Amino acid sequence: MSRLSSADSRATSEEIPATEAADTEEAIEVDEAREDLLADLRAELGDALVDTHIDPGREVWARVSLESWVAAGTFARDGLACHFFDFLSAIDWMPSPFGRDMNSQEDLIVDGAPDSAAQAPGGAAADEQATGYAGGDTRFQLLARVHAPSRGLGLILKADLGDDPDLLRAATWVPVYAGAAWHEREAWEMFGIDFEGHPNLIHLYLPGEFEGHPLRKDFPLLSRRVKPWPGIVDVEPMPGEDEATVDTSEADANEDATEAAAE
Amino acid sequence: MTVVDPQQRAYVASQAADARVNVELETGGMTLNMGPQHPATHGTLRIVVRLDGEQVVEAEPIAGYMHRGYEKLCEVRTYPQVTTLVNRIDWLGSFANEVPFILAAERLMEVEAPPRAQWIRTILFEMSRIANISLFLGDMGAQLGAITPVFFAFRDRERALNLIESATGGRFHPNFDRIGGIKDDLPAGWVEDCKDVMGRMRDFCDQIETLLMGNEIFASRCRGVGVIPADVALSYGLSGANLRASGVDWDLRRDVPCGLVFDQLDWKVWTHPDGDSFARYWVRLQEVRESTKMIDQLLDGLPAGPIMAKVPRIIKVPAGEAYVETENPLGAMGYYVVSKGDLVPFRVKIRTPSFNNISIVPWVMKGVYVPDVITILASLYFILGDIDR
Repeated sequence: MSRLSSADSRATSEEIPATEAADTEEAIEVDEAREDLLADLRAELGDALVDTHIDPGREVWARVSLESWVAAGTFARDGLACHFFDFLSAIDWMPSPFGRDMNSQEDLIVDGAPDSAAQAPGGAAADEQATGYAGGDTRFQLLARVHAPSRGLGLILKADLGDDPDLLRAATWVPVYAGAAWHEREAWEMFGIDFEGHPNLIHLYLPGEFEGHPLRKDFPLLSRRVKPWPGIVDVEPMPGEDEATVDTSEADANEDATEAAAE
Repeated sequence: MTVVDPQQRAYVASQAADARVNVELETGGMTLNMGPQHPATHGTLRIVVRLDGEQVVEAEPIAGYMHRGYEKLCEVRTYPQVTTLVNRIDWLGSFANEVPFILAAERLMEVEAPPRAQWIRTILFEMSRIANISLFLGDMGAQLGAITPVFFAFRDRERALNLIESATGGRFHPNFDRIGGIKDDLPAGWVEDCKDVMGRMRDFCDQIETLLMGNEIFASRCRGVGVIPADVALSYGLSGANLRASGVDWDLRRDVPCGLVFDQLDWKVWTHPDGDSFARYWVRLQEVRESTKMIDQLLDGLPAGPIMAKVPRIIKVPAGEAYVETENPLGAMGYYVVSKGDLVPFRVKIRTPSFNNISIVPWVMKGVYVPDVITILASLYFILGDIDR
């Protein structure tokens, strides 16, 4: 399991012309408002606040233990003035077991032909299970965001749900944020997370007899399994690039057609 | 709560009287199925209401008739391909759907669009608001039995759509925003056309105001109907005009800078203290006016320069997470993008405003009358693609 630190993301962004001035500026910048928010949260939750991450001037992440999920939400509302409920969802951090054929054919140009190991379900060559900001220890993770309109700050909360797809349980947020009701219904059907105490945990989008949880990574997108995506034809040609070859071949075809018509 | 407005007082009194009658007359419960093909539902939202006489005991919206699974589909699309999908979320203000996703991808790539691209983006962003909400302004009248305003709205929305079409090539699905900038520059003569149309849109707002706001029937069907207090609105995550009509002075355009140029404009966030259907209509009317003024300023200050930053031909987004939320025509729309340094996003969570705005329906419709169901649905203003994504 590897954590994606900001250093990693820079290393992978070699080809992107990021201005160096902006980088150094960010390194120095300290986001006091978001630091204060995290300090308050830490004082309230103590050890239940597992990990944090700040993107200065933009966003703040806090990972809490699953037991303190409701306590964290309640404190965010009452103690941090985060009255606005933004969304609640989940992330499945397992790399897709279907390998490259779930991606576009553009991959073939960049990465070469897919190796068979990556295609095999659970193949070793598949990407390592990595978790994002504020870390994570398990495959499934709860994700929610609340906002404090008076402070102009949002707070992204995460909690580890566990690895066993059949045993995903979390306490409901409905008593804290009434708007969580629909979001939890969606997360329940899309990820199979059981929200304990939810007043009306029924299907929202999917028909009642639907089997499986579509947003899990091991749920195949059937249309893509049947027919590969012809992604490359969608790429707009850049000015002056490849146009000559395309033009001549088309012109030839046209000439052939006109000749055939003349005959 | 003291009720000062005589109309509102009369309404409260009549409701109280009716409630007494209901106690005396035992009425059997009845289940009424509205939709999925009801004209008030802008698509296929079904609402099952349990009635006691004329009063709603319980209302449950049933969504999902048009669920297209965009979150799953985004996981197999490259970043530039995603804009095609998200165009179809709020189809009346399509360009605005692309903007937060592109901004999130740009944030991860640490790319910033050149100033001219940011300004044109902001112009089209506000233009989609005008195209979207001007239709609401007429449609709300049609829902309440006034047919004229909706024709006015279709007539004048066409002007905004023509502008969007001449700039982007698409009337409803522009697919115009690119990582690092926009696809094309504005065509010649567009700025002058746009100024002309903005003047006409302000005339349209005046017309609609005369037609509807002063209308006694319209006012009595909207005032005091579907009142949502500020704290309830916040806990349900209502956003946009629905939240501001409940007296919450919060607008992402002003309060959360995210890469559009609203901070360089002179404009005002309108709020209304009442929280009823009339307030929601009134706030939206003011917002269209405000948008036309913003576009006028944007056109005057439009900087020269390139419209694309330098980005690689094949876009690989560095690993990381970003959440960008903008104030779309319907409310706060955001994309939570998780990247693993690949060509495709690892996970995209799409936060759509109508999803939260409609989830309040079971709460707000308790105890209202059947015709008020239509008023409330119309005034909450949702686009079905924005619920079902």
